[in-house]
Amino acid sequence: MNPTPSPPPAVTEPATEGRHALRAAGEPARSSPAPPASGPDVAVVAEGLVKRFGATEALRGVDLEIRRGTVLGVLGPNGAGKTTAVRILTTLLRADGGRAWIDGIDVATHPRAVRARIGLTGQYAAVDERLTGFENLRLVGRLFHLPNGESKERARALLDRFDLADAAGRPVKGYSGGMRRRLDIAMSLIGRPSILFLDEPTTGLDPRSRLDMWSLIEGLVAEGTTTLLTTQYLEEAERLADDIVVIDHGRVIEHGTPAELKRRIGGERVAVTVGRPPELALVPGALGSVLTPGAEPVVDEEALTVEIPVAGSDGVVPAVVRLLDAAGIEAHDVAVRRPTLDDVFLELTGHAAEDGGDDR
Amino acid sequence: MTAATTSVTTTAPPPGPISRPVASGPAWLARDCWTEATRHLIATVRNPDLLVFATIQPIMFVVLFVYVFGGAIVVPGGSYVQFVVPGIFAQTVLFGSAFTGIGIAEDMSKGFIDRLRSLPMYPSAVLIGRTLSDLVRNIFTFLIMLAVGFAVGFRLEGGVVDAAVASLLLLGFAYAFSWVQALLGLSVKSVEAANSAGFVWMFPMTFVSSAFVATGSMPGWLQAVADVNPFTIVTNAVRALYNGQDPGADLWYSIAWAAGITVVFAALAARRFASRSRG
Ligand SMILES: Nc1ncnc2c1ncn2[C@@H]1O[C@H](COP(=O)(O)OP(=O)(O)OP(=O)(O)O)[C@@H](O)[C@H]1O
Ligand SMILES: [Mg+2]
Repeated sequence: MNPTPSPPPAVTEPATEGRHALRAAGEPARSSPAPPASGPDVAVVAEGLVKRFGATEALRGVDLEIRRGTVLGVLGPNGAGKTTAVRILTTLLRADGGRAWIDGIDVATHPRAVRARIGLTGQYAAVDERLTGFENLRLVGRLFHLPNGESKERARALLDRFDLADAAGRPVKGYSGGMRRRLDIAMSLIGRPSILFLDEPTTGLDPRSRLDMWSLIEGLVAEGTTTLLTTQYLEEAERLADDIVVIDHGRVIEHGTPAELKRRIGGERVAVTVGRPPELALVPGALGSVLTPGAEPVVDEEALTVEIPVAGSDGVVPAVVRLLDAAGIEAHDVAVRRPTLDDVFLELTGHAAEDGGDDR
Repeated sequence: MTAATTSVTTTAPPPGPISRPVASGPAWLARDCWTEATRHLIATVRNPDLLVFATIQPIMFVVLFVYVFGGAIVVPGGSYVQFVVPGIFAQTVLFGSAFTGIGIAEDMSKGFIDRLRSLPMYPSAVLIGRTLSDLVRNIFTFLIMLAVGFAVGFRLEGGVVDAAVASLLLLGFAYAFSWVQALLGLSVKSVEAANSAGFVWMFPMTFVSSAFVATGSMPGWLQAVADVNPFTIVTNAVRALYNGQDPGADLWYSIAWAAGITVVFAALAARRFASRSRG
C-alpha cells in the first residue's frame, strides 16, 4: 500500500538541507516523502497545493509541514499566495489540486473535524463591531460548542491575558487597531486550538503594538501552541518562527530554519563609511575577525562605503569600531544592516519583492 | 496507509493533544442558529436606529394613505381604512425582509463569515440565524404597526383567530422573502449594492398590487399583472381574514407561495453561500 502522492518537485531539489529541517525530528531524510500525516510529531502537512482564481494561479504546488509545538513562518510579498494557503488549510477554500492534513485529518473531506482543532486569525480582523469584546468571545465559545460555564471562563481569562479586561464591556466599534487584533487572536484561542493560524498578525500595526503582538505570540508559542504565521517581514519570521517557508508566485522557493536562511542570504552586514578612498581597501583586512568566512565585501567607491557580511550582530558595532581604531582607519559611520525581505528575494529569485504577483 | 489519509479514525494514536468529537445533531443546529440570531438581535437592540427607521416609515405610510389619499380613493364595499391598513401591513413586513440581504452583505464584506466558517458550527446556521433574527425584528415592527392601525380606526372584524392566521401569514410571507434577500445579499459585491438590489423591485411589487387600490381601477394590462402578483394574493387573503370575510383559495395560494419561495430560495441561498465562501 503506497498511496503517497508522487514527491513534489521541491523535495527532489538539491536544497535537501532545508527540506530536512522541516521534517519531523529524528526522521531521516528519504528519497520519497513520508506518508502524509504520519507520526504524532507532525501537526500540519500540505502536499502540492494548487489553487486557481480564473486566470490567476494563486498556488502552484505548495508543500509544507509543521512539526508539533513549533512555529512555521510563511514569508512572501503581496500576492504570493500566503492567504490562499491559509484559507485552504483552514477549510475556507477548496484546493484545485493537492491535499492537506491537520492532525492527520484531511481538510477537504472532514472540514468540521478540522475546524474543531484550529484557530484562525485572518488577515483582516474578523470581529463583530456591534458587540462588546466579551460578547464576541462568548459568541465564538458557544459556536465552538463549549459548555456555557467554560466559554465564559475562557472569555474572561483571555480578556485578562490580552489586556482587554477594561474594554471588555465596550462595543468593539470603539477599539483601536491593536485592540481589535488582540481580540481577534483571543477569539481564535477560545476553543484551545491544537493549531493556530495567524495571517499577517502585525500588518498595519504601529511599531509599539507590533512589539506587543510579538511578545504575545511568543507567550503562546512558549506554551507549545503549534502555529502557522504568515508575514511580509523577515525580521518577524526570524524572531518568531522555528522554520521558514518563503513563497513567491504561489511556489515555495526556499525553506529552512531562520539560521539556515540567513546563511544562504548572507545574514547581517556592517556598512563602514570611511573618510578617504585609499582606506576603503584596508577595511576588509582590518575586520577579518568579524567577517563571515568566505563572504565577499561590497565596496561602494562613490559613497566611500564598504559593506561586509558579519557572523553575528551582537556587539558587532563596538568590535568593528575597536578594530578600525587599531588599524588606524578613520570611520565616519558604522551601521548594521539587516537583510530585508527584498534582499531575500533578490538573493533567491533575482527580482525584488515588489515585482511579485504580476508576471504570469 | 489509505485508511489513515482518508478517514478521521487513523490507526496511529490520535495526533491532536486533545481528542475533540465534533458535536452534531439537530439540537446543535438549533443552538447554532439561535446563537447567530442573538448576535444580530443584541446588535439591533444596541443600535436602534434601524428599528426606529423601520417603524417611522410604515407610520408615515398609514398617515399618508389613510388621511391624504384616503378621501380620494374609493374602494368597493366599505371603509378605506379597513382596506388599506392590511395592505400597509403586508408592505411593511415585506420591506422588513430587505434587512436580511443588507446584513449578510455586511457580514461578508467584513470577513466575519470567514471567522464563522472556521468554527465547528453548522454553516447553515449563519443564514438561518440571520433570517430568524430578521423575523423577530419583523414581529416587533408588526406589533407597532398593529397599534398604529388601531389608532387610526382599524378593527379586527374577523375575530381573534382569523386575525392570528392573517398575522402569521404576513410574517411567513416576509420570512420567505428574507431568503430572496439572502440570495441577493450573497450575490452582490457591496453593502450599498445589497441595499438597492433589495429595495428596487419591491416598489413595483407592492404598488402594482391590491395593497393600496382595487386592481379593477388599473388599466387592463396592469390589472393582469397585479392580479397574478403573489403580493396581491397574500394581501387579499390577509385583508379578508382581518375583515371577517372568507379568503377562499387565496389563503391556500398564499401559503403555497410562502412555502415555495422559502424552499426554493433557501436552497439557492445555501448553494450560493457555499460557493461564495469556498471559492
Ligand atoms: N478570491 C479571489 N479571487 C480572485 N483572485 C484571488 C482571490 N484571492 C486571491 N486571489 C489572487 O491570488 C493571488 C494570491 O493571493 P493571496 O491573497 O493568497 O496573497 P497573499 O500572499 O496573502 O498577499 P497579501 O500579502 O497581499 O495578503 C493574488 O494574485 C490574488 O490577486
Ligand atoms: Mg494575504
